[in-house]
Amino acid sequence: MNVPLVTQLGRITLAFLEAIGAVSAFALQAIRNALQPPWYRQQILRQVMEIGYYSLPVVGLTAIFTGMVLALQSYTGFARFSAESAIPNVVVVSLTRELGPVLAALMVAGRVGAAMAAEIGTMRVTEQIDALVTLSTNPFKYLVVPRLIAGVVTLPILVLVADIIGVLGGFVVGVYKLDFNDAAYLRNTLDFLEFQDVFSGLVKAAVFGFLISLMGCYHGYTSRGGAQGVGQATTNAVVSASALILTFNYFITEAFFSIR
Amino acid sequence: MSIPKISLNGVTKSFGTKRVLRGIDLDVARGESMVVIGGSGTGKSVLLKCILGLVRPDAGSIRIDDEETVDLNERGHSRVMRKFGMLFQGGALFDSLRVWENVAFGPIQSDGMKPAEAREIAIAKLGNVGLAPEIGDLYPSELSGGMQKRVALARAIAREPEIIFFDEPTTGLDPIMADVINDLIVKCVSDLGATAVSITHDMASARKIGHRIAMLHEGRLIWQGPVGEIDRSGNAYVDQFIHGRAEGPIRMQVRKG
Repeated sequence: MNVPLVTQLGRITLAFLEAIGAVSAFALQAIRNALQPPWYRQQILRQVMEIGYYSLPVVGLTAIFTGMVLALQSYTGFARFSAESAIPNVVVVSLTRELGPVLAALMVAGRVGAAMAAEIGTMRVTEQIDALVTLSTNPFKYLVVPRLIAGVVTLPILVLVADIIGVLGGFVVGVYKLDFNDAAYLRNTLDFLEFQDVFSGLVKAAVFGFLISLMGCYHGYTSRGGAQGVGQATTNAVVSASALILTFNYFITEAFFSIR
Repeated sequence: MSIPKISLNGVTKSFGTKRVLRGIDLDVARGESMVVIGGSGTGKSVLLKCILGLVRPDAGSIRIDDEETVDLNERGHSRVMRKFGMLFQGGALFDSLRVWENVAFGPIQSDGMKPAEAREIAIAKLGNVGLAPEIGDLYPSELSGGMQKRVALARAIAREPEIIFFDEPTTGLDPIMADVINDLIVKCVSDLGATAVSITHDMASARKIGHRIAMLHEGRLIWQGPVGEIDRSGNAYVDQFIHGRAEGPIRMQVRKG
């Protein structure tokens, strides 16, 4: 009875390590390709639009409600020991350091990571990727690199916008619902905000952008076996990107925690 | 004897425990049209993909113009690819690009041609395969299967390749459209003076576009000869295949791999 269980455990461990190895090799190959010309500028711009511009509504929506809820919930807590004045600061710090990057990245992973995996996966199963090779075009440079570059560049911008919209959400609730003085709320927000709050959030965003694009491209690129394979790739891209975002979030936070 | 355009020697390829190619020796002369026939799942596509470098063979040598291509680096591979045009089975057109952009893809992205000039070439190539210039502005999904095949053919010949591969060019087409495509293939190959390798299980197509025929069975080439001799090959496997009989030495593998 024990042997099959151990065998199974070993198999799972091996498969897990194999997956890490395959993803790392894929990432290295992508980075190596990203550092040499040619760069397909049009493809990069297209992906920036796709990841950044078209994600604005959903990220904005997430941010404004998160900011509003934060203000309301922290009031509930802080009112118990008369520390209501800390609310603007709590809202902005939670947003810039944590919720802005993580929630924006999770939304983008669902929206863009899935689309990437589906598009590249379909190109794989319909031999379009092979066709690229026969037309002397490196599919890594044409498909993967533009998405990675766009992810790393665009997500920080998206998160910056999300931060601002989120603070606005907190401001609206603070002023209209919790009867804060509007000028005082803004002063409290800005006075205690440190450069590192925003900066660490943007570093997170860049890393998350890389992870989202990497997972979308990896699962799409390696998908097999028709429509079902593409569906599987799409699911895997979103699940693995989300898991990686939450994992890396802790380690980046810890890194910034220890250098301050 | 002159150096063959394409020369394969002892090429083998396995996927897991399944041995797909078990030692392929094949020479294709310059300007010759070679057709590889064989049942589904006998490794025809894998053979083409090995020559194109899309699949890395386990062993053996593949020489193009007497240059070994199996272990070429990326730059070298891209240079060798410049000699090739490939018509994929499903067309493999880029569905996010317009028809003319598909045809002009190689000239623009890989050869650095100006889009306006490449567009002219694309329209001319579409004309070569019997498509009107207006078709160029449509997207591939707006075309019928036969038209997509034509566009894919136009894309394959757009860079005037020295070698053209055809992967099941008539599969999924009605008999009349299949014959139209066969005629186009014969015309394009002779216009370019190109060397052609086709894989098919459509005997009408094989007889029409091929100079020589080779039959692939269980990972080996069991017969090859001029197209005129296929009816008197004296090979029971070939006879069974070209006459499409269920009874014979070939046992159809119903389950995959």
